[in-house]
Amino acid sequence: MTIPKDIPEKWFPIFPHLKWIKLGLPTSEKIRCGTEQERRVRANDREYNEKFLYANNCIMTSKYNIITFLPVNLFEQFQEVANTYFLFLLILQLIPQISSLPWFTTIVPLVLVLSITAVKDATDDYFRHKSDNQVNNRQSQVLINGVLQKEKWMDVRVGDIIKLENNQFVAADLLLLSSSEPHGLCYIETAELDGETNMKVRQSLAVTSELGEPGNLAQFDGEVVCELPNNKLDRFCGALHWRECKYTLTNNNMLLRGCVLRNTESCYGLVIFAGPDTKLMQNSGRTKFKRTSIDHLMNTLVLWIFGFLVCMGVILAIGNAVWEREVGSLFQSYLPWDPPVDNFLFSAFLSFWSYVIILNTVVPISLYVSVEVIRLGHSYFINWDRRMFCNRSNTAAEARSTTLNEELGQVEYIFSDKTGTLTQNIMTFNKCSINGHAYGDVMDTPGAQHKRAQPLDFSAWNPLADRDFCFYDVSLLEAVKMREPAVHEFFRVLSLCHTVMSEEKSEGELVYKAQSPDEGALVTAARNFGFVFRSRTPSTITTQELGKEVTYTLLAILDFNNIRKRMSVIVRTPEGHICLYCKGADTVLFDRLHSCNHDLMNITSDHLNEFAGDGLRTLALAYRDLSEEQWEEWAERYHGADKAIDYREDRLAAAYEEIEQDMMLLGATAIEDKLQEGIAETITVLSLANIKIWVLTGDKQETAVNIGYSSKMLTDDMTEVFIMNGYTVQSVREDLRRARERMLESSRSRDGVKEAEMQDFGGACSLGNGFGSRDAANWIPGQKKSAQPPAPPTSLLESVSGEFALVISGHSLAHALEADMEQEFLETACACRTVICCRVTPLQKAMVVELIRRHKNAVTLAIGDGANDVSMIKTAHIGVGISGQEGIQAVLASDYSFSQFRFLQRLLLVHGRWSYLRMCRFLCYFFYKNFAFTMVHFWFGFFCGFSAQTVYDQYFITLYNIVYTSLPVLAMGIFDQDVSDQRSLQYPKLYEPGQLNLLFNKREFFICIAQGIYTSVVLFFVPYGALWQATQSNGVPLADYQTFAVTTATALVIVVSVQISLDTGYWTAINHFFVWGSLGTYFTILFTMHSSILFNIFPKQFHFLGSAQSTLSQPLVWLTIALATVICIAPVLAFRFLKLDLKPQLSDTVRYTQLVQKKQWKAGGHARRSMGGASGPGGSGLGHLGRGGSRRSGYAFAHQEGFGELITSGKNMRLSSLALATFAARHSSSWIDTLRKKKHSPPAGDSSPAPSVAAPVSNSSSLIGPLETAAEQRGQTNADPQVGVADVAQVETGQCSLVVQEALCGWRATAGARLSSTGASSLGPPPIAEETNGE
Amino acid sequence: MMASSYNIKEEDGHHSGSSGPGGNAVRTKKPDNTAFKQQRLPAWQPIITAGTVLPAFFIIGLIFIPIGIGLYVTSNNIKEFEIDYTGIDISSPCFNCSQSYSWNTTTSCTCSIPFSLDQPFESNVFMYYGLSNFYQNHRRYVKSRDDSQLNGNLDSLKAPSKECEPYRINENMPIAPCGAIANSMFNDTLDLFYIDPNGTRTPIPLMKTGIAWWTDKHVKFRNPGGSSSNLTAVFYGTTKPLSWPKPVYELDTDPENNGFVNEDLIVWMRTAALPTFRKLYRIIQKKNSLTPTLPRGNYTLDIVYNYPVRSFDGRKRMILSTISWMGGKNPFLGIAYISVGSVCFFLGVVLLFIHHKYGNRNNSSDIPN
Repeated sequence: MTIPKDIPEKWFPIFPHLKWIKLGLPTSEKIRCGTEQERRVRANDREYNEKFLYANNCIMTSKYNIITFLPVNLFEQFQEVANTYFLFLLILQLIPQISSLPWFTTIVPLVLVLSITAVKDATDDYFRHKSDNQVNNRQSQVLINGVLQKEKWMDVRVGDIIKLENNQFVAADLLLLSSSEPHGLCYIETAELDGETNMKVRQSLAVTSELGEPGNLAQFDGEVVCELPNNKLDRFCGALHWRECKYTLTNNNMLLRGCVLRNTESCYGLVIFAGPDTKLMQNSGRTKFKRTSIDHLMNTLVLWIFGFLVCMGVILAIGNAVWEREVGSLFQSYLPWDPPVDNFLFSAFLSFWSYVIILNTVVPISLYVSVEVIRLGHSYFINWDRRMFCNRSNTAAEARSTTLNEELGQVEYIFSDKTGTLTQNIMTFNKCSINGHAYGDVMDTPGAQHKRAQPLDFSAWNPLADRDFCFYDVSLLEAVKMREPAVHEFFRVLSLCHTVMSEEKSEGELVYKAQSPDEGALVTAARNFGFVFRSRTPSTITTQELGKEVTYTLLAILDFNNIRKRMSVIVRTPEGHICLYCKGADTVLFDRLHSCNHDLMNITSDHLNEFAGDGLRTLALAYRDLSEEQWEEWAERYHGADKAIDYREDRLAAAYEEIEQDMMLLGATAIEDKLQEGIAETITVLSLANIKIWVLTGDKQETAVNIGYSSKMLTDDMTEVFIMNGYTVQSVREDLRRARERMLESSRSRDGVKEAEMQDFGGACSLGNGFGSRDAANWIPGQKKSAQPPAPPTSLLESVSGEFALVISGHSLAHALEADMEQEFLETACACRTVICCRVTPLQKAMVVELIRRHKNAVTLAIGDGANDVSMIKTAHIGVGISGQEGIQAVLASDYSFSQFRFLQRLLLVHGRWSYLRMCRFLCYFFYKNFAFTMVHFWFGFFCGFSAQTVYDQYFITLYNIVYTSLPVLAMGIFDQDVSDQRSLQYPKLYEPGQLNLLFNKREFFICIAQGIYTSVVLFFVPYGALWQATQSNGVPLADYQTFAVTTATALVIVVSVQISLDTGYWTAINHFFVWGSLGTYFTILFTMHSSILFNIFPKQFHFLGSAQSTLSQPLVWLTIALATVICIAPVLAFRFLKLDLKPQLSDTVRYTQLVQKKQWKAGGHARRSMGGASGPGGSGLGHLGRGGSRRSGYAFAHQEGFGELITSGKNMRLSSLALATFAARHSSSWIDTLRKKKHSPPAGDSSPAPSVAAPVSNSSSLIGPLETAAEQRGQTNADPQVGVADVAQVETGQCSLVVQEALCGWRATAGARLSSTGASSLGPPPIAEETNGE
Repeated sequence: MMASSYNIKEEDGHHSGSSGPGGNAVRTKKPDNTAFKQQRLPAWQPIITAGTVLPAFFIIGLIFIPIGIGLYVTSNNIKEFEIDYTGIDISSPCFNCSQSYSWNTTTSCTCSIPFSLDQPFESNVFMYYGLSNFYQNHRRYVKSRDDSQLNGNLDSLKAPSKECEPYRINENMPIAPCGAIANSMFNDTLDLFYIDPNGTRTPIPLMKTGIAWWTDKHVKFRNPGGSSSNLTAVFYGTTKPLSWPKPVYELDTDPENNGFVNEDLIVWMRTAALPTFRKLYRIIQKKNSLTPTLPRGNYTLDIVYNYPVRSFDGRKRMILSTISWMGGKNPFLGIAYISVGSVCFFLGVVLLFIHHKYGNRNNSSDIPN
């Protein structure tokens, strides 16, 4: 059912057909392209259209059906090199001359792996089928033979005429024929398509709009000739041939699949593109299977190991050849060759394969299973995380893909959508300036704070007020009531000058449908202040001004566009005056004011600056009285321009320009584009973690820049913000070149300053160690960049990052992404701290992501909420969808989803980091343990005539990976933590090892296998030395094969268990259970397998009878095992200790401080707990007061808590000070400064929600990890772990994080000061410790 | 009463989000706040510090060195005597015997080697034969046996396992015991004589039993048809291994040590791990506490030389050894323990030095507690 009925490649057998689907739908297009240059569609003529074999409207994203599932899935699985390899091994094992291991050692794990994967694939595909079916089975009304019939979406054909009703999804790409609205207009919402939530207007051709009735439409037999399917959402070119006339078609006549019909009762459309050909599907990009870089590395390593294995096999085979020739041939009387073997070379050949089988355990198949299990576990932890749960939308975070977790710990670039991702897409009328008086800022008047909590109540005097509207400044309401003319005129402009549609469902229940949320916010504001826009007709606007109904005659709308940046209406008041009301960007509006407005303009400008500084979107308002003559004169010109055929737009613009002069300024509005909670902190923390954030939005440049400022991606102290807006290749190239020059220039000049400063410092403090100069540079106040020695010119651009921002528009981007310029663009953009791309199409988003992916070798993450982000989400290494919003396309395409942008912080810095760490530790250990296990056979080969005799019992070989060693390492891989989640967030620098790929790379891998090989040497030769002439205490020699096998196996299990104990950093009960349990299981199974019971049942299978008892009762064996263990572990321990002692990583330091803190706390716990008890239940009011009143004490408190341990431990100080200095230095200082300012502001400021920065901080629920500042918090945590930090943190976080930063700043400042005054002292930090302690 | 219970119910419903018939109460999807799901499980977080690592090294050193010394001393106190009787050398008494190597020689070749013990061997003395360059651990050799047959399974006795090829069937009769291991069983006979100062040869009694693992003797190896039956009848229809002079039921006269439960066979069937190995041959029991088991003096080793090893450059040895609690002479372990202990101790010192000189001083044990 889901297979398209008219597959273009009907003649293809089933298999290529599946392939075609897998490669992505556009392939079918390519096949056709050779023959078809244009598309011809004739309305109501299925026979005609079927000739062209156009795709029908069925979409299919699934891969299998019931019949094809098994073969195709197995085929796919065996494309995995690993699976094929194990299959091959299995076949080898069936040859008796080769078989060195029984067949079940391979087949059991292989079948297990294959079936797990198959089940997973089947489930995935089932859900794809379900969603496909759901979409394909949606109903639509198709006009067939003049009658409207219900048809499923998938049965809709190209050339059909379908009827759409209000709020229905458009089923395919349609040519709008007619509409229930006048002039063939209809309104659509394109949110699913391009993410823009404003409504758009589409208009049918005049000739078709007259058809109207189904009866007429059935007679319609026009033929459309148009372009081939493509992914350009904003362009369509074609022509309609009907009744010997040709009508040009543009995008304005098209309704695209994915849009929703709004405010239109119904409309008819002709299907032009269906199913996979629609622009929506063309834009959705290819689904590709995402793999993590660890996956790639793992595959490479597995190949290497395979090579290694072959080498070992060859060496041993050569050994076998030599042995068989020199020894074996003489030994024939005791041991003849197996029948087919007649010479030593053939024997060597067989021995090679035998050894391949034995040594295959270096890459056991359980590696892949374990990796999947670990990832699955991490995914569950993400799903379960309460701190990524949004109460409001009742959605928890979801790891939709379970294969990418560790990649989350390596992200370097984040590509974010704006609308709905960074912002809530809610606009609120926040402030205004009317006639030189600013309203809305209640914070300025002290004592008025208590009113903040209470928004103005409009409903009392205005029954039409919108209840959701919030405004806090009572003085504006007063002004309205006082009938101040300027205020009235101000709101009149807002109520008249717009393009909002109103809908009055019942009396007084107004619903506004606005093109943009801004407009809606403004009209709603006017509504609440008594100027209610009620309804409009094409020529009138009816409002209710302070309860009185007024109808204005609408003379003209001078519409908004990007260049004009303003819109006006000309109305005739009921009194007969003609008035022009205008609103627009202040920059354009101020040029067109009457000269008498000069003073007012200055005041308003100040206000505007203030508003803009708060990150608000501003508009200026003005009006102009027109005389009847002026109007008539202009109206004539206007009509002339309107009717012009060529340059209509330009002419109109000129006409508008003419009338919009000499206006009188009224004031300005400020609208807040509400950011989501915690955006600024999230972005700050992420950039501290060295993650670059790019915003890719379809929105306007101004909006994007605005958001950039309010989310602190752009800051005022940035060196320069480059704006690229060029339309031509040359101008873009020029822009890029100029930007780069400016960067180099400024970095040169700054380097100059820096060097000078460094010299000053160098005189004062010559720190002995290599960090000295860097530290010094970092401590220079205001120095934001680590002062590395001047980099070579090639990497100069890399080194200047952090100071610049780039804002580029879609058209410029189109040029910048062309092959010859992309390198330049890449260099420039990557040198910028922030990149904002506005007005980009979905595909461009994907191209930008692809560009970084291709050239930077960095892990990219794309986050978005709309269908327009789907391609980007699919392209990036990791796609994140914002859930809980309306559209779910993004979520469906994503790998992770949650409902708030701020959760990204936790996803990356906590879950990602942990996943990466765990996966790396897991892999290291895994390779280690298998090399240690397997390589023993290699050494044994030299003593058993290279005969591929195993050292261990066959059951031990089967179970070693599955049972004896799998669970401890799995537990580590799932539960390990080096530092707590709070600290991961608190020190974003901890994220860096992941980005630099430090924890598992080829080097680490070689260290692991070297350790494994070393262990195998010890494990073979120590028992060899100890046992070869040893005897039991009853005289029986110990050097028999079975004793040796048991001894070596036991030593191996113990050594790897000790090693996993060393590797495990976080011993939960589960880890204990697994580690001890594995050892216990080993001994239990060992004794069971060697018991007489099993032997009596299967004498042939269990010939190790009694070995365990007789071996493990010998003290000598235990001494041997102990010796081997110490020899294996001691060097590792010494090496780790040295590494930790001499070159600790930041995580080590943090972990250490964590430990110290715990110990200190335990020591002083009792006293503090009682204190916590006192202040804990004291209630929020008390806590509030205390904090407000004693900032200073709060500071000291935090200081001790957050960094005290660093300071008190002198040597540690040096390390952590380095870490922290870089941490601090990486900041945009503005963040810290803002916080610092807050700290110094009067205590009263604390309790009020601070405007931009502090408010989100204190609201955000614990994203900046709560420094376990408050003693009572820890008291609680410890007393009852179930209560958890989370809940306490929810309350405390705001203050905590604030305090942390203060502590940081304060500490840094002190450190710097101290350092400079201490002079030449190689013990820089310890004195600071004393000093800060003294405070 | 009613009211309160109602309230509780309502509260309950509110929290768990149990949806009523109307289903208007939205079930919260908020994940459970359990330590497990929130990854807050209480955990021990060990950390490598100077305070833990350095003492560990010293302690290992301090434990290992005494153990090593103890082992070394014990091992040195063990007396061991070894004779190579392969007969490679022309001067060797067994040279002649070694020259005629063939499995099927019916006439046995004997030779005797005189030797003297400088020190008396107190307590029980264990007599071993040792073979060198004999690959009992070769894969094809190791698997060439039928444990089921050796366990007395009558089916396997008549139809031995394929693993025994090519020593499975001879002249259409199944071989018992089958396989390469059994086929190549060591069949020299060694006898010890004490030469009195006056020249008389006193045979030294050698115990044939008690040389195999208990489990092997009592569980793993069993004669077909139980212990009581007539072995000759039971083994009827089978043939002896190719290189054996006698069938398996004639290995010994003692019915408890005959057939598959013959301890010489059992010892041989327990394959060695390494190409140079020794196997227990006989035990010389201590007679009383007054006289040493083997007093100092001269002895003769009489060998019935059947087992050819020259073909593959093998060596045959006879070893006499006393035993301590830790078994026979084994200097390796003592030396290894002493050296590893010393290295650990030394490493501890070096690390301590490095730590004090360069390291993170405060990372050490002086964490306040």
